[in-house]
Formats: sequence, C-alpha cells, structure tokens
Amino acid sequence: MPATAPPAADHALGDTIIEMRHVDKFYGDFHVLRDIDLSVARGERIVICGPSGSGKSTLIRCLNQLEEHQKGEIVIDGTAVHARLKGIEDIRREIGMVFQSFNLFPHLTALENCMLAPMKVRGIPKAEAEATARKILERVHIPEQAHKYPIQLSGGQQQRVAIARSLCMNPKIMLFDEPTSALDPEMVSEVLDVMVELAESGMTMLCVTHEMGFARKVADRVIFMDAGEIVEVAPPERFFTAPQNERTRKFLGQILHAQTQAH
Amino acid sequence: MRALGSGDIIYIIMAVRWTLLLSLVAFLGGAIGGALVALARTSEFKGVRIVSAGYIKLFQGTPLLMQLFLAFFVPGLFGWSVDPWTAAALGLSLHASAFLGEIWRGAIEVVPRGQWEAATSLGLRYWPKMVLVIAPQAIRIAIPPTIGFLVQLIKGTSLASIIGFVELTRAAQIINNATFRPFTIFALVALIYYVICRPLSAYSKRMEQKLLVAAR
Ligand SMILES: Nc1ncnc2c1ncn2[C@@H]1O[C@H](COP(=O)(O)OP(=O)(O)O)[C@@H](O)[C@H]1O
Ligand SMILES: [Mg+2]
Repeated sequence: MPATAPPAADHALGDTIIEMRHVDKFYGDFHVLRDIDLSVARGERIVICGPSGSGKSTLIRCLNQLEEHQKGEIVIDGTAVHARLKGIEDIRREIGMVFQSFNLFPHLTALENCMLAPMKVRGIPKAEAEATARKILERVHIPEQAHKYPIQLSGGQQQRVAIARSLCMNPKIMLFDEPTSALDPEMVSEVLDVMVELAESGMTMLCVTHEMGFARKVADRVIFMDAGEIVEVAPPERFFTAPQNERTRKFLGQILHAQTQAH
Repeated sequence: MRALGSGDIIYIIMAVRWTLLLSLVAFLGGAIGGALVALARTSEFKGVRIVSAGYIKLFQGTPLLMQLFLAFFVPGLFGWSVDPWTAAALGLSLHASAFLGEIWRGAIEVVPRGQWEAATSLGLRYWPKMVLVIAPQAIRIAIPPTIGFLVQLIKGTSLASIIGFVELTRAAQIINNATFRPFTIFALVALIYYVICRPLSAYSKRMEQKLLVAAR
C-alpha cells in the first residue's frame, strides 16, 4: 500500500462524536450485543474485528439505527438515537455506510448513484451535486467510470463508487462493514488505499475488517469482539504485540495464520 | 328469428370498444388500488399489513362473478343505485387491486434488503426511497406478471355481461338471441378476444425471458 496515514498518536482527536453506554440488543431471545460501552472521538479511526457472528455488524448498524437497540444509550454528535426518533434521517445522513456487498443502486450510473442522496436528501441543485460527485469519483480514482452502471464495474470499482456515494453526503462519520471481504484478492488494495486516504483526511471511521495491515497502519484503537461483547480495546501496537485477553490471542493466531497462508 | 347480417357483425365488433374501455378503467383503478395494497402489505405497521392481507384473501378467495354481483347490488342497500357500467368498473377495479397488489408486493420484496439499507443509511425517507430506489427495480420484475394479469382482466370483463353491461360478450348474446347462429357468432367473439390477448401474452413471455437472461 503506497499511502500511509500518520500513526495514531500523531493526529489530534476532537471531542466525543459517538457515545455508546450500556447498550444491549436482542434478536428475540438471542442476546446479540451485551453491555457495550464505547466512546469515539471526532477524527478517530477504529477497527473492529472478531469472529463471525460476534456482533460486529450489529454494533455499527445500531449507530445509524439500521438496527434498533433495546437497552442503553447511543449518542451521535449530541443526539440520543433510537429507531422511533423523529428526524432519525437527519442523523443518518451524517453517517456514511459502506457494505460488504456494495449495494449500489443497479438502475443508476455511478455518477447518478453519487448524486441521488445529495439532491433528494440535502436538496442540493443538480449541477452542484454532479460537480461534487465527479470530484469525489476522482478522489476514489475512477472518474472515467462515471457513466457506467454498477454491473459494468469490477468489484473493487463498485466498492469505490459505494464509498464515493457516501462521501458525497459529506458525512461526519464513516462506517465500513467488511468492505473488502467480498472482493477478489487483487482488488482489495485499491479499496484499502482509498480508505487510508480517507483516514488521512481526518474522517471519523469505524471499520469492521480483518485486514490487519490496514488496522496497524491507520487505527487509533482496535476493538476485539466476541459473543456480543467488547473483549479488548487497545492501540494497534499493543493489540497485535501484547493482547491481554486469551480470546484475543486465540483469534489473532487464527487470523494471522490465515492471512500469511493467503499472501 | 332473422338472418345474421353484416350489421350484426359490425354491432358485435363495435362492442369491443366497451370491453377495451372497461378493461382500461378497471386496470387503472386496479393500478391505483394495487399500489396502495402493495405498500400496505409491505408497511412497517402490523395493523396495516393485516388489513391489506385480509383484503387480498377476500378477493382472491371468491369468484369474480360474485364480486360483480355484490358491486351491483350492495350500493343499492345504501340507497345508491348504480348502473351496470359503474358496477362493472367498480367490481373489476377492486378485484384488480387485490391481484395487482399481491403481484407488486412480491416484486417489492424481491428487491434485496441491501438496497433498502443503502437508501436508508443515506438518509432517504420513505417516499423518495420507494419511488427512486425500490420501485424502479420492482417494476422491472413486475411487468411480466402484471401484463399476464391484464390478460386475465380483459377476459374477465366478459362476466360483466351478466349484470347487464353490454360489452363484446353481451353484444354477441343479444345478436345470437335474435339470429341463433351460435357457432359463427361465438367463434367470432373468441377470435376477437384472442387477437387482443395473444400479443399481450407473447409480450409478457418475452419480457420474462429477458429478465431471466439478465438475472444470470
Ligand atoms: N436479523 C437477525 N435476526 C436474528 N439473528 C440475527 C439477525 N442478524 C444477525 N443475527 C445474529 O446475530 C449475531 C451477530 O451477527 P452480526 O452482527 O452480523 O455478526 P458479525 O458481523 O460479527 O459476523 C449472529 O449470531 C447472527 O446470526
Ligand atoms: Mg458482519
């Protein structure tokens, strides 16, 4: 990866932008998030990892209330959020979300994907929305694909359009849910490069990923989740070299083994 | 009894316009009602879902003929006497609303969850999300079965003859009563229905094939 973000300690963090206090979530009887406490500073970059089914997706989906939590408090930039909150859309539009499966709108071109929400949610005039969309498609290194439909793009290109679509809303927070897991290996780095550049720009980021190289490079803190709990939180240096919890050590052993096998 | 003349044939053929007009009105009424039913069926409010499901079950579980009878006689109970045209248009529209609603509910639900989630996470509210993201994808899926139902509806208008609305089938009955040439007359009527419906069915099949290919 060519780009490098300044290591954690080198960039200033702002006030608290996300606060989760004693958050519990259930799917029926199934206790999927257990007493989650997490506070994220403006400009902070967090990587969340953990075994499949540990609740990573659920946690970040609670932040923009794609999933409802049942107990505890989630405060986004000063507003306590819950699913019945009137004006939840006003919170959501400040939080970009990138999905494992891209979820681009198939009936719209890359450019139109990027223009839809700014025009319909923020009421930005078409010409301005288009100018912004083109600028941001350039920022994710695919200005030449603007008029293609998602189906005509490679996975890596689609994911970069998806990132651009979120960035066009000029969000305060970006959430990533395993953004490279569905990609062919040769396309992973083009997406990670864009994410590293985004981190350098000072964006507040929460990334669910098992790309440990990315975590080392940009994360201020790495969170390890297991069975719905936050088991360990540490700066990457300590997280990778001296994990405190037995479950973290076991997980890192498996993940690093798998990644050396793959590369 | 009299001989079957060219005037009779023309009378029958001209009655086609009432068949087509009734089909059109019922289809438009059904499209509006069906859109509401489909939205109600996919609503986040449980009560709305239950009521709309009941509506669909009622109309899918009873014969169209009974629905037309009821549309003709029930308004009379409330002192509103309806002519056969109004009753037929009303009955067929309610009927079409249930069937189109069910077809379109299915089409809406086939749009992947991720599309809803992406649109929601961008801050889109219900209506822009429906109109700009979900509907354009659902409509593609819905076109073949919708046209398939339109064909059923056109053929279904023949039942309006029973409540006295003079469309193609009723016109043929009238001429047959006077001339008693059932084979010629009803063969002609069948041919006319076929000429109207067959191209629609063929179009629907072609669209379906295209979608299948696109899905691969
Ligand atoms: N809609 C749902 N209904 C019931 N259980 C769910 C639902 N979504 C996720 N789960 C369960 O919740 C757990 C956590 O899921 P998830 O947050 O997706 O985990 P992760 O992202 O860490 O793999 C899993 O056991 C999953 O099966
Ligand atoms: Mg997940």
